[in-house]
Amino acid sequence: MDESIFMSLDKDIVRNIANLARIEVLEDEIDSIVKELSNILQFVEQLSEVNTDDIIPMTVVADMKLPLRADVVTDGNCRDKVLINAPESFDGFFLVPKVVE
Amino acid sequence: MSNLTKLTLSAARDGLKTKDFSAVELTKAYLDVMEQRRVLNAFVTETSDIALKQASLSDIKLTKGNAGAMEGLPIGIKDLFCTEGVRTTACSRILETFIPPYESTVSGKLKRAGAVMLGKTSLDEFAMGSSNTTSTFGPVINPWRRKSNFASPLVPGGSSGGSAVAVAAHLALAAIGTDTGGSIRQPAAFCGVVGIKPTYGRCSRWGIVAFASSLDQAGPIARNVRDVAIVLNSMVGYDPKDSTSAKISVPDFEMALTRDIKGLKIGIPQEYRLDYLSNEISKLWDDGIAMMKDAGAIPVQISLPYTKYALPAYYIVASAECSSNLLRYDGVRYGLRIDGKTLDEMYKKTRANGFGKEVRRRILIGTYVLSAGYYDAYYVKAQKVRRLIYDDFNKAFQNVDVILTPTAPSSAFGLNEIDDNPIAMWMNDIFTIPTSMAGLPSLSLPAGLSVDGLPLGLQLIGRPFDEETVLKVADVMERSIDFKEIPSLLRD
Repeated sequence: MDESIFMSLDKDIVRNIANLARIEVLEDEIDSIVKELSNILQFVEQLSEVNTDDIIPMTVVADMKLPLRADVVTDGNCRDKVLINAPESFDGFFLVPKVVE
Repeated sequence: MSNLTKLTLSAARDGLKTKDFSAVELTKAYLDVMEQRRVLNAFVTETSDIALKQASLSDIKLTKGNAGAMEGLPIGIKDLFCTEGVRTTACSRILETFIPPYESTVSGKLKRAGAVMLGKTSLDEFAMGSSNTTSTFGPVINPWRRKSNFASPLVPGGSSGGSAVAVAAHLALAAIGTDTGGSIRQPAAFCGVVGIKPTYGRCSRWGIVAFASSLDQAGPIARNVRDVAIVLNSMVGYDPKDSTSAKISVPDFEMALTRDIKGLKIGIPQEYRLDYLSNEISKLWDDGIAMMKDAGAIPVQISLPYTKYALPAYYIVASAECSSNLLRYDGVRYGLRIDGKTLDEMYKKTRANGFGKEVRRRILIGTYVLSAGYYDAYYVKAQKVRRLIYDDFNKAFQNVDVILTPTAPSSAFGLNEIDDNPIAMWMNDIFTIPTSMAGLPSLSLPAGLSVDGLPLGLQLIGRPFDEETVLKVADVMERSIDFKEIPSLLRD
């Protein structure tokens, strides 16, 4: 495994992952987040000691094949139920801030 | 009347059958105690109207003779299970006003079996925590106190802390929780009650607010082993709505309590004998081993060499899955919205305001380990280590029938003793996380008191879908241990 990848985080990386996660992070919080996340990454770094050559990644523990179902409609026709918890809706639609100029 | 809340679930079931009391009387007794002990903050939402309505319907069914397996028995539901028409918050600000228009499969099954819902129990926000202190509705208080410091409140453990306290403080006959890395077993141990995480796939995850989907599993907490077996019976089963739900026959778990464990091989993993494990927890474990021997079982030393890597691998896998699952909180379809000038600004402000610190931290770590350039080094690596952990257990179970370990490395700690370092908090789950990574059934039962008067738990781990052996052994141990202590708060 490439050890160099376990480098510590910097402020730009934190700004970037906060953007990817769509969570606003204030400038004055960034230093403490860098520190917090670096500590965690340092902790998980011990996994690099483990030889995992030829090991197949485990995505699910359940010993099963992905089930197939008949391609038929089993749900739907419940527009009002779908909208009932929307913070803002109008005329059967979710309302969001304007996205197209 | 108040004596009704002292009954175990199985005794209450018998009392309802023989008409010693009605479901309405039993429910009212619980609603009274819930009101008296609100200071524990175990419930986020109390549903007394629904409970009384359900109880009176149960009384009719009990009279008519068509009662379900849980008929008239009052329970608490962790506020992570969607309940139709009843607010479901995951104890997060982002879901503070969410009222699901549907019912989770597991809570629906319990309802159909006749269970009475007393209310929704508290948890760490989105089930991420081991202390039940990160709920947006404030911390939950453990009904136990240290002998040496009676005034200082203790955490109940987490994340299913509200459910464990509801059971320990006799606010409910039983409660359901979820367990991703120990969230049923660790609070059960801290509160002196029994909790089981069944095999991954045993209970449907449909309608449970998702945290880490390859790990999340529902299970019951109750006052004894028989009671968890009874509740579990009404929670399990194949559900086409959950693609990881197991299509496998479901036994009657109560019938598994045969009391015969002669010749069973009990694995004792040497890697769990940590250098810093306290003497009292080591002794508790040794006493447990001795008890099993007396009952005719055979202790066998085993090795689970990848144990120490379970915690770091877990935090990569769980954070990655949480960052993906929690992307659904977008301020558009449900939950909180904080306005912004653009769609992106609205997302960012909504999520910054809606999530607490620990949840934000895990989303950020999860996003990082899944991001381009780091995916293989962190996420895929952790999934490979997960397989090694799984293989460890597989090999061990070729020689043993069940594994015995402590549930947690300590007893309940003080509300004001919480370390700011998240990794210190994560160490609480060091004995429960490997089982979660391997998807195995695992139960915690109270095994004694610490020198300072706090409950300590032992954990039993079984083969996949062999909850029966786990329950059978736990029942035998429970009889030997004969744990009769009651929480400090409940003593007269």
